[in-house]
This record gives sequence, C-alpha cells and structure tokens, in this order.
Amino acid sequence: MKRFAARMGPIGMVAVVIVAIVVLGAVLAPIIAPYDPTIGSVTQRYLGPSLEHLLGTDQAGRDIFSRLLWGARSSLVGPLVVVTITAVIGTTLALTSVWWGGFVDSSISRVLDLLFAFPNLLLAVLAISVFGASLTTAALALSIAYIPYTARVIRSTALRERNLPYIKSPQLQGISGIVITARHLLPNVAPLIVTGATINFGFAMIELAALSFLGLGVQPPDADWGLMVSSGQQSLISGYPAESVLAGLCIVITVASLGYIGERLGGRSAAGRKA
Amino acid sequence: MFVVRRLLALVGVLFASSFLVFSAMYAAPGSPENFLVQGRTVTPEVLAAIREQYSLDDPFFVRFWNWLTNVLQGDFGQSLTNRQPVGDLLANRLPTTLTLVLLAAIIIAVLGIGLGIVAGVRDGIVDKVILLGSSLGFAVPTFFAALLLMSIFSVGLGWFPVFGSGDGFFDRIWHLALPALALALPSAAVVARITRTAIREERDSEHSVMAIARGVPARIVLQRHVVRNSMLPVSTIVGVHIAGLIAGSFVVEYAFTLDGLGTLLVGAVQRKDFAVVQAIAIILVAGFGIINLAVDLLYAAIDPRVGTKKAS
Amino acid sequence: MMLDIRSLSLSIAVDGGEKSILRDISLSIDRGEAVGLVGESGSGKSMTLRSVLRTEPRNATVTGVITLDGVDVLALKGEPLRQLRAHQIAMIAQNPHAVLNPVLPISRYLVEGMHDAQGLSKTAARVRAGELLEQVGIDGVDRVLASYPHQLSGGMLQRVVIAGAIAGKPSLILADEPTTALDVTTQAEVMAILDDCRRELGMALLFVTHDLDLAAAVCDRINVMKDGVIVETGEPDQLRDRPAHPYTKELMDSRPASVMWSPDAGGTK
Repeated sequence: MKRFAARMGPIGMVAVVIVAIVVLGAVLAPIIAPYDPTIGSVTQRYLGPSLEHLLGTDQAGRDIFSRLLWGARSSLVGPLVVVTITAVIGTTLALTSVWWGGFVDSSISRVLDLLFAFPNLLLAVLAISVFGASLTTAALALSIAYIPYTARVIRSTALRERNLPYIKSPQLQGISGIVITARHLLPNVAPLIVTGATINFGFAMIELAALSFLGLGVQPPDADWGLMVSSGQQSLISGYPAESVLAGLCIVITVASLGYIGERLGGRSAAGRKA
Repeated sequence: MFVVRRLLALVGVLFASSFLVFSAMYAAPGSPENFLVQGRTVTPEVLAAIREQYSLDDPFFVRFWNWLTNVLQGDFGQSLTNRQPVGDLLANRLPTTLTLVLLAAIIIAVLGIGLGIVAGVRDGIVDKVILLGSSLGFAVPTFFAALLLMSIFSVGLGWFPVFGSGDGFFDRIWHLALPALALALPSAAVVARITRTAIREERDSEHSVMAIARGVPARIVLQRHVVRNSMLPVSTIVGVHIAGLIAGSFVVEYAFTLDGLGTLLVGAVQRKDFAVVQAIAIILVAGFGIINLAVDLLYAAIDPRVGTKKAS
Repeated sequence: MMLDIRSLSLSIAVDGGEKSILRDISLSIDRGEAVGLVGESGSGKSMTLRSVLRTEPRNATVTGVITLDGVDVLALKGEPLRQLRAHQIAMIAQNPHAVLNPVLPISRYLVEGMHDAQGLSKTAARVRAGELLEQVGIDGVDRVLASYPHQLSGGMLQRVVIAGAIAGKPSLILADEPTTALDVTTQAEVMAILDDCRRELGMALLFVTHDLDLAAAVCDRINVMKDGVIVETGEPDQLRDRPAHPYTKELMDSRPASVMWSPDAGGTK
C-alpha cells in the first residue's frame, strides 16, 4: 500500500481519491441520490443550488445532483465493459499471435489492420446504424475498435519475451503453450495490460459520452454525463449552464485523474497513446 | 519501393473496409430490404428501385461488386429517405467538413507544437502552466469544449456566430473558428505534452550535449539538434491526431449545427438512411487511410534511417 | 603546466541528500603531454573530463579550481566558455553513434564544428572537412561526407570524431574510452590515428580508460582512480614494476596480459 502511494505521488493520490469518490457515488447512487433522476416537475425548473437541490434543477425540473450520481453509473459502466473486453480479447489475440507466430500471427495482424483503418467513433456509428442506438451497442462496438491498439502493444512486448530462455526451455520440455503463456508470459505483460486499461478507460469514457451527446448512445430520459451535456445545451445558451457544465466537469475530472494514474502506473506519458 | 508497398497496402485495406461497410447491413436481423426500408411505407416502384440499387436479386458478391464499382465512379446511390442522389448531398457537405478539419489541423500543429517547444525549452512558471494546461486539456471532450467555447464567446461575448458555416472565405473561417478550436483542443493538449517531453529528452541527448561541448552556439544546437530531432516522434503523433479529427468532427458539427458530413451522418443514422451512412463511412475510411499514409511517408522523408532499418 | 586541476570535488543531488562523485581530485598536464586516467566504471573518471568541459549534470555541485592556460574554467560562462570549448578543448567520447546526430550527414557534423563553432566560412569548412578525413586515414572522402551515421561502422565514425576534434587544433584533447565500443582490430587502428595526430599537432591528451595496458602504451603519465579519488600517479613502468597503492597492484594483477604471459614477451608496446 505504501509502495503504491509512493508510486502515485501526492497528486496521484488525490487522483485516486477522486476516482474512488466517483465510483462510490455511482455504486451508491440508488441509496444516496435524493431524487429520482428521471422525474421532474415543470414548476421546479432551473432552480439554483439550495439545501433541497444541492446543485439545482435542470430544464425539466429534475434534480441535477441525483442525475449526476445516476449518470456516473452509465458513464462508468460503459467504459468498464469496453476496457474489460478489449483487455481480454486483445491480450488473448496478442499472446496467441506471439505464441504460434507464422500464419496465425499474420492472419490476426491482417484482421487487426482492417480494424485500425476505421476511426473508432465511425465503427461505433456504423454498428449503431445497423443495430440501433443504445449504450450496449456503443460499448460493444467501441470494444472492437480498441482491440487492435491493445493487441499491438501487448504483442510487441510479448514478442521480446517469447524467445528468451525462460519461455523457450519449458517449451522444449514439452509443456503446453497455454500453460507457459499463462504462467510466464502473462505475468510479464500484466502491468502493461493494467496501464493500458486505465488509459483506455478515459478514452472510452469520452468517446461513449460523445456518442450519447450525439443521441446515439444512452437514450433519454436516462441520466448520463454525455447525454446531460447535450440536453443541457439549450439551457446553457439560455443562461442556465448548470447541467451541461457540471456534467462536463465530471467527465473532465474523472478522465484527467485516470490519465494521471495511468501515467504513474506506466511510468511514461499517457497522453496521446491509446495502449 | 517503400511508397508503392504502402499504397498497395492502403488499397487492400480500403477494399476490405468497403466490404465490411457493405456487408454491415446484412448483419441486421431480418431481410436486407426490410432493413433498408425500416418500416417506412413505400410504393412498389421505390421498392424496386431499392432492389435495383443494391442488386438484391443478384448473388452476394455480384451485389458487392456492383456497389463498389458504382461508388468508385462517384455513384453512391440514392438517399433512402428523400430519394436525392447521395453524391450530391455529400458534395454539398464536404467543403465545410474539410475546412473544419484543416483549420483544426493547423491549430493542433501550431498551438500544440509551439507550446510544447516553449515548455520544453524553458523551465519555471511558463513550463508549469503549459504542463498543467495540457494535462487537463486532454481530458476535455471535444463536445464539452465546443459548448464552453460557444457559451463564452458566441452567446456570452458575441464575438463569433452561434451556428452555420457562412459564405465566402473569411466569413467561413470566422464561423468555423470556434468549432475548429473545440475540435483541436484535446489533441493540441496531447501534442504539446508529447512535444515537451521529446524536447526535454533531446536536450539531454548525447549529440546535443556534445554539440554544446564542441562550442556550437546554443541557439543553433536548439534548432538543429533539439527541435529538429524531436520533430520525428512529434510528427507521428500530430499525424495520428489529425487523422483522428475525422471522427471528432461529427461531434463538433453537431454541437454547432454546421452543415458538414458529420451532421449528415448523425442525421442519417437517426433516420436509418443506410445508403447515406455507407457512403459517408467509406469516404471517411478513405480519408483516414490517406492521412495515415501521408504521415508514414512524411516520417520516412525526414528520418534517413527509415527504409534501411526496419523501425519497430 | 597547461591544464591544472586542483582539489576538484563534485557531488550530485539525489533523493535525500548529496552523492559524492569526485573527491579532491588534483592532476596536471603539460603542453603536449599525454596523461592517463585509469579506473573501473563508477570511479569518476568520465565525470572528471566533463568537469573540464563544463558539461557536468545540471544538478551537480562543483568545487575546486580548474585552470587551462591560466584561465579559470569553472568561472567561465556564456561566450568565453563557448570559445574555450570551440578552440582550446576537444572531446572524443565513447560511442560515436550517439555523438553524431542520426538525421544529419557527416559533412554537417564536421562543418558545424568548424563553421558554427569555430567561425570558419562554410566553404573553407567544407574543404577542410575533406582534408581532415584524409588525415585520419579515410578513403572515399566524398562518399563518407555524404553518408549518414547509421551507414558507417563504429571505427569509421570514431575517425570522423577525431577529425572533428583536431580541426581547430585544440591545446587539449579529452578522450573518454574512445575505443571501448570498438572491436579489437579497429581499436588498435583508431588508437594509432589518435596518437599520431596528437603528436603531430603537439596536442595534450587526457586519456580516460579502464584498460591499464592501453593507457600505458599511449601515456607519459598515469593517474589511477578509485571511487572518486586519485590513489596513485606515476609513469607506466613505475606503476607496473613498483605499484605503491594496493588498488594499483590489483589493477596490474587483473590485466589479461599479466595472467596469460609475461609483460616482456610481446604485448601492446
């Protein structure tokens, strides 16, 4: 624990606390949110912050604080799904590629190259146009889009390890590939997977929010930070920025914190590199 | 030769991508016709036209081939919702999107690299401010930046128009300034950060230190050794981000209600007009591929080591 | 005395304090003399060279006096320091591939040294570059000038570096393990060229190496260094036959030559 704190540094620890608060807020939303996020009263629109409505209300009279709490759930779940699928499938593909080499490696690389040719959001939009707009479709599509990035990074590291004696000798002894990969290769790429997942989480969060913003992800009246930024746009223009700005800030703070944590974990600049 | 190989690779990928885009509609449940029509009531003539457009009577690969050859000749078929030729719709929207992406690209390069160099070369307050700004900047989603800029500078201060893309060269730039800035912001932040790191690494590189040790004036060392060498990794990143602008532009266009390809795409998805979606998708993939290829070629041009040694 | 180092101490700021790298180093070199600085890695020999050139790390604290031709090197800054580096001292480092900028051709490296640093006109510099390469024994001068560092071998590159170093006819050459990264045959060649050029132009040499035999072959005097301190100074024969300090004796005994055959039957001299 102490080593972790040292690795993170003072700012990193603040970031960890922030992320922890966000996660707690999301998990405990059903319990701590004072109001139902989807129900509002027209007579209560655009109220300023008060004891009853900690952050005020939006244009439909819904409590913003509750919406932020509930919104945290979809804003976090989506990226979590993306990151998990990407990590699992990406790593599996990479390690399989590295282990078998040759034809398997080049075939997998070809397929991944094809995915690389699509900008992530486009792949998601394409999937949504076929299967309909929902958080699930968006998350699944984005997972597929992210896989090649993870696979590439894991593959290049695993490739270096592949020919080292500690891998080759059990192979020569006839131990099965799966066992060697799991017992020896995997632990050595594990830190890379974790760092990549942390960074990808932030990117996924932003891209999923963007999709919700476009009306192609989470659908109203559900609460979601990206969706809130969008639905709050008119209010913002009319002079009631609370909903958009607060939701947007939630995204910024969470992603910035995750980015910083990912950097400290990985020891190199996270900005810009999809892992 | 290097260039030829990459071009062939690009063509191959584009071919495969177009196949993916084309066959996507078959992934949906139900028959392709139902999917394309999406429950709208249509006359038998229109239905026949759709069957014709997609050669639904023919075997699968014939359909794909027909579609592909049409696309390569510029015939994207007709919009499924308003029977307009898709090609025309695209042609109308393309200039706005292109201008937007170009402006954003310039901002990323100039602002991102510029600030990165300043932060890399100086220590002290300037560096800290730029570092902080770029570390936060990358976390700001484009759409949020768009909204903030809009509320402060358009609605609030009235310096820029709120929507639309204007006529004429300067009017257009004035209209697209805020959207381009919003689009460029997160990428510029990342580029600034990476540039700063690259500059600092080059400052401490042996050839830079040795140049100083040989008495080469500091200003020349900075230019010729530090900045020039750091442009190698930086140009790759800038290129990647410029390519990424293609996707990001949808969001900004939507936020600012611009008449670009992005709003057309989003509208088409909402209206389930798959013909338009396909057309835009294939164009965007092509654009993405071309930009990526250009970046690779640029890198090969400035680094003499590429081509002789395989860069991993 | 041309170069006079007196009580040079250097420490680096590390987490929780200062780490001492050099302690009270004193040595001197006369005009045209070759002096060796021998020790294992970490003994501080490279840092001593860097102190003379003032390229020590940013977080280092330096005390002591370094005088070159009467000028206090440690007090110099800005333009005077640059002039010193350009005209009076030259350094040859261990890895030529790192010293040369990989994206610039060889001609640029040499012209930069003569034109940007030493003030020669570009045309004169270019002509001189060719002459210098011939002087260090390179054939196909034009081809080499147009090449990039990655296209040339280590030995070739090191000759280029030597060419660049002697260009301004400096009074002092600092050589930091110049042949360690090269294979054995090339080592001998490069060493020979360095020695020849040096003697021809009457330049002093401060030669840093971990190889005692190599130092003995080239230097008039040798300083033995361990853990940031000079433990013994003397002429090569003296150190070999009558080492005063136990560490010198250790170094002597661990030379491959002394293990395999007697110092009089062949060897490096």
